[in-house]
Amino acid sequence: MDTEDYVIRQISVFSENRPGRLAAMAKALEEEKVNILAFSIAEAGEFGVVRALVDQPEKAYKKLSSLGFVVSFTEVIGVRMRDEPGGLYEVARILGEAKINIEYSYAYSGKEMAVLILRVDNTREAIKQIRAHGGEMARIPSR
Amino acid sequence: MFWEPKIETMPVEDLHRMQYKLLKSLVYRLYSFSEFYHRRMEDAGVHPDDIRMLSDVKKLPFMFKRDLRDNYPDKIFTATPEELVRYHVSSGTTGKPTVVGYTANDLESWTVSLARALTSIGLTSRDVVQVSYGYGLFTGGLGLHYGAERIGATVIPTSVGNTERQIELMQDLRATAICCTPSYMLHMGEVAEKMGISLQKDTQLRVGVLGAEPWSERMRTRMQEDLGIRAYDIYGTSELSGPLFTECTEQKGFHVWGDFALTEIVDPQTGEPVAPGEKGELTMTILKKEALPMVRFRIGDVTSMDEEVCACGRTHPRVMRITGRVDDMLIIRGINVFPSQIEHALMSIPQVGKHFMIEVDRKMELDTLLVRVEVAPEAFSDKITDLMNLKAMVAGKLRSVLNVNADVELAEPGTLPRFEGKAKRVIDRRKL
Repeated sequence: MDTEDYVIRQISVFSENRPGRLAAMAKALEEEKVNILAFSIAEAGEFGVVRALVDQPEKAYKKLSSLGFVVSFTEVIGVRMRDEPGGLYEVARILGEAKINIEYSYAYSGKEMAVLILRVDNTREAIKQIRAHGGEMARIPSR
Repeated sequence: MFWEPKIETMPVEDLHRMQYKLLKSLVYRLYSFSEFYHRRMEDAGVHPDDIRMLSDVKKLPFMFKRDLRDNYPDKIFTATPEELVRYHVSSGTTGKPTVVGYTANDLESWTVSLARALTSIGLTSRDVVQVSYGYGLFTGGLGLHYGAERIGATVIPTSVGNTERQIELMQDLRATAICCTPSYMLHMGEVAEKMGISLQKDTQLRVGVLGAEPWSERMRTRMQEDLGIRAYDIYGTSELSGPLFTECTEQKGFHVWGDFALTEIVDPQTGEPVAPGEKGELTMTILKKEALPMVRFRIGDVTSMDEEVCACGRTHPRVMRITGRVDDMLIIRGINVFPSQIEHALMSIPQVGKHFMIEVDRKMELDTLLVRVEVAPEAFSDKITDLMNLKAMVAGKLRSVLNVNADVELAEPGTLPRFEGKAKRVIDRRKL
């Protein structure tokens, strides 16, 4: 498999920090039958950034934009983790040794596996390094 | 080019001497013949004999717009019906309209003021001037009409409206200058474009005399580049007669003819003169006005003044572009803040939209100023640090312009209120 296949398009949404905003977003995705695979909120006072991996990013982008949300795509990667002590360390060590910086990260523990989603300063290099050091990338189709 | 070179370039000391003489005779005349001014002066404890030098003007009481409204329509006129030759009426966005009367001499001073001004921007009898200000009760149309005729230019009195026809006439009659509001100028440019006409290439237009509403240097640059004209600011208010003063070709403030008006910039709070070059409220005494004299009239416009002799050779003081209204002024921790300053600062930051709200509050005896702006979709970054940096950048810019700290909040595009007509962007929650 090619490095590019592991680049995941995450949607990022700017949101004011007030009641109902997340509900409005979630409702819009539900209406479009877009499934949310993973999700996080970063908050900074009066605003926040909602980040989500969805099964149909393009559809989600169009719908949210049409509702006036500010949406952008961000490239992230997903790494499968062993769901046991040391799982995170394994991944973080590889990136640390390769001098790749993690900008932010969130994780989800799914039915079959735990996945660490990472935004790094060098996406493609991170994919190469992780694969070269025996890490297992999660492939989340998001085209 | 000068219309009256001797007066326009007279030495500053001579100009001040002339102003003093005119002020002195004005004050004696009003004290003797106007009940209104007589009472005002008595209340202020000042007698014409107390005016012994030009700076003694500050002993005289101020006049405000409300004085005209309270004395509607003509209670404080100092001309007889025989002497009056015209009225203009200003609509007045708040309250009653105000009426201004003119004697023949008043119209003459007004026309001469504009003849000097139009000459100072290089217009001559060879020019064709399209006057696209409203003709009628509004002073703009008729004022510029007579000013332009006085210098021998050919006037096209189009007044406002019917923009396509205006553009046809501009082409057919080879207009070289236009007088209108800056927003109408921009509108004209757009309409012309839709008609397939380039004002720059397909017309003779080279000068715009633009005023009657506030505009910015940014708009000037845009118009000069896009429309291929030199855009000049013109200033006046109906109380002072109408449009009176323009910038010269230097474009560094409008020349206020000293033999016509005495200009002061005062602190809107205290009424004391501000330091030279500082911003404050524009205050004028019209030295030559017969029907409706205006003494120390507090115009409410915020600006500064430059008394240095201009590079064009004119010795008469220059008043800088109007940056706001005193009525909008906020005092934050003792510092005067104008919403227009915030607007200008934000306009230079493309990452935030042009819509904003200002919220003022008082917490723990301390004023707080919050400016809410919308994030431009193109500026949105998924990284919180980028957004925090954007906030800090906006706050830094505001601080450098306002000299007071402002908190900044980022809002989603399209969520801040939109205003048609007069914007109400300030929410002041302080209970004083």
